[in-house]
Parts: sequence; C-alpha cells; structure tokens
Amino acid sequence: MSTANTHTHTSHLAHHFQNLEHQFAAAKLGIWLFLCTEILMFGGLFVGYVIYHGIYQEMFAEGAKHLDWHLGAINTVVLLLSSFTMATGVHFAQKNESSRSLLALGATVICGLIFMIIKYFEYTHKFHLGLEPGRFFHFQGAEHSNLALYFSFYFLMTGLHGVHVLVGLGLIIWVMFRTRCGDFDANYYTAVECVGLFWHLVDLIWIYLFPLLYLVG
Amino acid sequence: MNQSEHHIVPIKTYFKVFISLLLLTLLTVVVARPVSGFDAGIFNAFIAFAIATLKASLVLAFFMGLKYDKKQNLVIFLAGVFFVIIMFAFCILDIYSRIQVTGSL
Repeated sequence: MSTANTHTHTSHLAHHFQNLEHQFAAAKLGIWLFLCTEILMFGGLFVGYVIYHGIYQEMFAEGAKHLDWHLGAINTVVLLLSSFTMATGVHFAQKNESSRSLLALGATVICGLIFMIIKYFEYTHKFHLGLEPGRFFHFQGAEHSNLALYFSFYFLMTGLHGVHVLVGLGLIIWVMFRTRCGDFDANYYTAVECVGLFWHLVDLIWIYLFPLLYLVG
Repeated sequence: MNQSEHHIVPIKTYFKVFISLLLLTLLTVVVARPVSGFDAGIFNAFIAFAIATLKASLVLAFFMGLKYDKKQNLVIFLAGVFFVIIMFAFCILDIYSRIQVTGSL
C-alpha cells in the first residue's frame, strides 16, 4: 500500500505523496495554516475594535444605531444557510453524487450573492448619508465628534470580510466548473473540501462581526 | 488505500447544526439591548461574545470537521487564536497602563 502503483486512482496523485490519503491530509494541513493567517489578520482588526470600543463605548453605541440590525440578522441567516449548503456539497462529493453536489454548491453561490446584494444596499445607504470611514466622514448631526472612527472599523471589517465573500464565490464557481467536468469523485475531492473550509471561515468571522457591529450598546 | 476511510458526516447532523446556529442567532438578537432592552450591565458584551463563540465552535466542529479530523488541524487553529489573545493582552496592557499614567491616550 505504500507505493502509488497499487492504487486504482492515481491520476490525481502527485509522485511525492505515498497515497491519496496522504496527499489529502497535506492539502488540508496547508489550508488550515492559511486559515490561521486569516485569523491573525482579522484578529488585528478585532483587537483594535475591542480596545476602542472599551474607550468610546457610547460613541460605538451611537454608530451601531446607524446600522439596521434586521439586515445584519438576515445576512447572518443567509451565511449560515450557505455554510450548511456548502457542507452538503462536500458531503455529496464524498458520496460520488456530483449532480447533487453541484446543486448544493449553486445554492451556496446564490446565498453568497444575496449577502453581497444586501451589503451593497447597506453601503450605498451609508455613503448617501455621509457615514463614511475616517476623513471621508461628512455626516451632519453626529452626537460624538469621533463617530468617524466607528465607521472606519465598520467599513474595514465588513469590507475585508466582503472581499473574502467575493473570493469565496469565485472559488466555489471554479469548483462547480471542475465538478461539471467530472474532476471529482469519492477518492478525490480535495478542492471541494478546501474551498469549503475557506467558506466556513468566512461564515465564522461574520458570526463575530454581526453582534460586534450591529448589536452594541 | 483510498479516501473511503474518510468520515462522511450525515446530512441530518449538518441540518441539526444549522438549526442550532439559527436558534443561537435568535438568542443573540433577543439578548441584545438595542433590540429588546435586555440589560445585563457590563455582561452584555460578554454574553454576546459567549454566544458567538458557541456558534463558532459548532461551525468548527461539524461544518469544518475538526471533530472528526486529525488533531494537528485543531492545534493549528488554536495556535492562531492563542496568538490573537497574546496580541490582545499586550495591547490592552499598553493602552490602559498609559491611560492610568497620563490620564489620556
């Protein structure tokens, strides 16, 4: 079992791995290392947020009042649903049911698009009011003079998260194309699994962003 | 040896996790002061953070499969969290000790 020759599925096996199992574990290890760097990147923003929130609690509460928590809650449900459909997509890929996997991945893409459309309406509304980050802030009638700081955090954190959603959508569409081409089966579905892990991380970050940004006060 | 030894999580399990996540989201909203007026004082933020962490644990354990995975992936994830906590602890120490000494930032 230690050489590649004994396998039925060798087309996807790179020569420096003992077997597909070994290759799969290595790919997943790599993705987890990458997710670790993502946690560190968002971690910096979270640390900044928590510290400034501690210093300017009332200002952050005023900022959160300008957000519509209904939209945040809808987006939370949409992302949770997308994580569920992504997980089922991997599940069907594991069971060789590629057409069902394709459906689940398609549902995930639709959820991601709904998320981005809601974010688009939220952003344009803020821009319209002048609730913009840092020196671009020109909203009249702010109770706290440094309200711009809240929106710097809001746009940086949701913006970076939104970029991750867009990248995730691109990756899922790529995986869908490869599924349609019949690239994956129960023996080889590494890309589906790894893109899934990335998508779940995007969900994970939003789980913290929603209460932090929309429900403070 | 192929990947047939991979743990395939039943859809039913995923669905239960999804429903739990929805219920916890509802709880997050219900205990938020701006929404319901519920006020636990200084514990407000702590409660929100605790629920979010519970939700994150569910996503990590089931959707991301850490429950069934090799332990090395869990260790990598926890290492990331650990270093964020270190960053947080030293930033807090710095900022608040400075406020104590100078009275401002």
